[in-house]
Amino acid sequence: MTPGNTPARREDSTAGAGPEVRAEILSEADIARTIDRIAHQILEKAGDEPVVLLGIPTRGVYLARRLADRIATFSGRPCPVGSLDTTLYRDDLRRRPPRALEETSIPAGGLDNLTCVLVDDVLYSGRTIRAALDALRDHGRPSAVQLAVLVDRGHRQLPIRADYVGKNIPTAADDDVAVRLTESDGRDAVELIRA
Amino acid sequence: MSNGHGVSTLITGAAPYGEEAADVLITDGVIAAVGAAATAAAKRATDVEVIDADGLVLLPGLVDLHTHLREPGREDAETVETGSAAAALGGYTAVFAMPNTDPTADTAGVVEQVLRLGEDARLVDVRPIGAVTVGRKGERLAELAAMAGSAAQVRVFSDDGDCVSDPLLMRRALEYVKAFDGVIAQHAQEPRLTAGAQMHEGDVSATLGMTGWPAVAEEAIIARDCLLADHVGSRLHVCHLSTAGSVELIAAAKARGTRVTAEVTPHHLLLTDARAIGYDPVFKVNPPLRTDADVAALRKALADGTIDIVATDHAPHASEDKECEWDAASPGMLGLQTALSVVVATMVEPGLLDWRGVAAVMSERPAAIGGLAGHGRPIAVGEPANLVLVDPAARWTVRGAELASLSANTPFEGMELPAKVVGTFLRGRRTVAGGALVAGVNA
Amino acid sequence: MTTTIKATTRSAANGDSRGDSAVQPPAPSGMPRHLLSAGDLNAETATLVLDTAERLEQAMSGREVRKLPTLRGRTVVNLFYEDSTRTRISFELAAKRLSADVINFSAKGSSVSKGESLKDTALTLQAMGADAVVCRHSASGAPQRLSAWVSGRVVNAGDGTHEHPTQALLDAFTLRRHLGELAGRKIVVVGDVLHSRVARSNVLLLSTLGAQVELVAPPTLLPVGVGSWPASVSYDLDASLSGADAVMMLRVQRERMSGAFFPTAREYTRSYGLDVRRRAMLPDHGVVMHPGPMNRGMEITPAVADGDGSVIVEQVANGVTVRMAVLYLLLSGEMETNA
Repeated sequence: MTPGNTPARREDSTAGAGPEVRAEILSEADIARTIDRIAHQILEKAGDEPVVLLGIPTRGVYLARRLADRIATFSGRPCPVGSLDTTLYRDDLRRRPPRALEETSIPAGGLDNLTCVLVDDVLYSGRTIRAALDALRDHGRPSAVQLAVLVDRGHRQLPIRADYVGKNIPTAADDDVAVRLTESDGRDAVELIRA
Repeated sequence: MSNGHGVSTLITGAAPYGEEAADVLITDGVIAAVGAAATAAAKRATDVEVIDADGLVLLPGLVDLHTHLREPGREDAETVETGSAAAALGGYTAVFAMPNTDPTADTAGVVEQVLRLGEDARLVDVRPIGAVTVGRKGERLAELAAMAGSAAQVRVFSDDGDCVSDPLLMRRALEYVKAFDGVIAQHAQEPRLTAGAQMHEGDVSATLGMTGWPAVAEEAIIARDCLLADHVGSRLHVCHLSTAGSVELIAAAKARGTRVTAEVTPHHLLLTDARAIGYDPVFKVNPPLRTDADVAALRKALADGTIDIVATDHAPHASEDKECEWDAASPGMLGLQTALSVVVATMVEPGLLDWRGVAAVMSERPAAIGGLAGHGRPIAVGEPANLVLVDPAARWTVRGAELASLSANTPFEGMELPAKVVGTFLRGRRTVAGGALVAGVNA
Repeated sequence: MTTTIKATTRSAANGDSRGDSAVQPPAPSGMPRHLLSAGDLNAETATLVLDTAERLEQAMSGREVRKLPTLRGRTVVNLFYEDSTRTRISFELAAKRLSADVINFSAKGSSVSKGESLKDTALTLQAMGADAVVCRHSASGAPQRLSAWVSGRVVNAGDGTHEHPTQALLDAFTLRRHLGELAGRKIVVVGDVLHSRVARSNVLLLSTLGAQVELVAPPTLLPVGVGSWPASVSYDLDASLSGADAVMMLRVQRERMSGAFFPTAREYTRSYGLDVRRRAMLPDHGVVMHPGPMNRGMEITPAVADGDGSVIVEQVANGVTVRMAVLYLLLSGEMETNA
């Protein structure tokens, strides 16, 4: 099984047979601290330049909203946040069953000449981010595009790296990294599931 | 029977009409002895071919009053020879060939041509049906007496495929053929009510968005024609009844004493309009497949004699006329090689008809309606040996490509059907043996 | 009754069990392999198409580049045996906005008994590698026949007097925009139901989505067998309009008069035309629809067609979006099912 044929973020962590090992990598408090840190890093790097956050559905959107909230608190300025569905830009559409599209919403001011930070929960093969970069190009021309992820689990298949990483987790290809967020899962946690 | 006039054939163990098994001895094309007498006579004879028919049913050779052989004109779909082969394999010893050929069989010349083609094929007796009107256009009568007086001795006249819809013309036709004991076989279809019609008008046509062929368009003509036949004292034969209402009309006319006979096709005994759901034109036929209630009424009417006979309406069509849009497809289905099996499945197995009944509806009565001597006769001494051997226990799967017809448009493709024709005898000569054409039989 | 009609309307090519036609595996996730009838969609897949259309509109809105790369390298053939510029353009735009290569194959006049047969055309398209064939044909069932002869996906763009499923989808999409969920809504469909593929598809789709459909027409323009449809029937438009959430006017072709379906256009309009008086019988939120092209003055007056609550122009715009959704969903996962 290679990352390219596997969903980078498996939503159902019970897949696979046999006993599995579950380890909590980040707790609720860890996640909160991590988001605070990334918010500071984004502000530090941006300086006075305006920043817009675009979350990649589903959990990237929740993370983007939390980050925007923290950035607004730390900077005293509202931080525009939107979502960017990458499904229509994926390179594996012919190989996968049809899937429902997720929300795309670009903040009212658009993206032109802004620093745009893409936000996702897990960085894995890099294919989702490639699709997001393609999608972004059709929506406008940001002055810079950056990437923030909660977890980088390695196994990149494309020359893509994150600008802000919550935690690097060394994984095997058939491991599963499950990100749980209150908005969708009722609790905050990051777990490593080893088949 | 080494009398020098030919070989004798002894069929042993077969059950005439599915009743008591009895040996049957055939000599010189005629049934020479039946039962113990046949067994004894065969022992005395020196040159006897013995056919072990243990467990088989022996019936008089089947007679089809409604066959389309397509020759002349559409030899790519069927020829008299290939149609005759299909008929023999289906257990038939005589078929009546419909006149909707090109040119139309509306003159003595064309009917004699068809007769000769049938004689050349030597597989079944081919009796031409003459067109009622010139070119089957429904405008003026064809030379019916000339056809009757020709070598083809035409007695059945039909514009099949089209209805003789003009009531006055129909009256004249009914009257005119009385002079030579002819019969008009009417394709009952009111043309105005069926303009553009594609299938039975009902729930399925409404859903599929196809123009409906209402039952009333058949019934209105049948009612009218029965009244006309009654009025002029003529014989009327109604082709391919397809509706419960038609059955009621025929029953009422018969009760009144009208000289009317009626036929039903095997496909109308088995299939319904639900077959159209895939838009496969192999199920397009005229009159159309109808509903379960109609199928039930037709079976019952065949069992109780309201419907006199089964006729195939064997209608071969070249693949390009079926592998197309439903609207563009030609109506019609193959029938000769599957008719007996479908009748067994729909009538014998459910207990509606016994084998004697099968002999009546598929051999004796069609021959009588068509005025055909030498066919549909009892299995008795002195009768022509037009016979068919049927394996009642066999089951077979229909494959259009394997049928003898030049075309493959069977609506029963892939279906497993009961009963198989094993042997067919035309005046004592075997046309079919072991379920296959006898090699060189038509050479 | 509803379940019966469902069973008989799901296209044979999408899994009829009789085995009469070549049965191909369905696409995953319940999406049918082809879109031949609105009956091919259940509530779940119909909603998936409508939701996908919403998302597509979202993804396209306010952008510089009104094009998505989703179907890059795929070929969509518009096989039109009937003139229908509006439908062809709508499908063409939908395919192009998804970056598919589009070939317009106009076979008008060659449908029946002259020119190349439908089967030969199908084999030609197959040889050219068409991933999807959008078929418009004057014969009911022609797209279904086609689906047995090509390996690509087939979309029925209107066949004879049978169905026009993408029209029903765009109508449902438009209705949902204005009315929210369709369950329990009363939709009145008025006009030549007998010959209308739009009516057949809408009855199936709207009832699948839980709406209550009422057909209103003179009895001559209702098919025998309409009683088996999941819809109620009325001959009285005034009575039907009360309590209706939407009214969908069907095009009435003037040539129907020669078939004696009704005596005069004037009498038809008087009984079944939508004018300002009747429009006023709809509640305030009531929606007026027409699949086009309209016979202004016949089934609908200009004042109503262009007036409040008319969504006729919006229907056209939504057509492109809904057809994008259909093409996207049918062409996803194609390699998986063909593997």
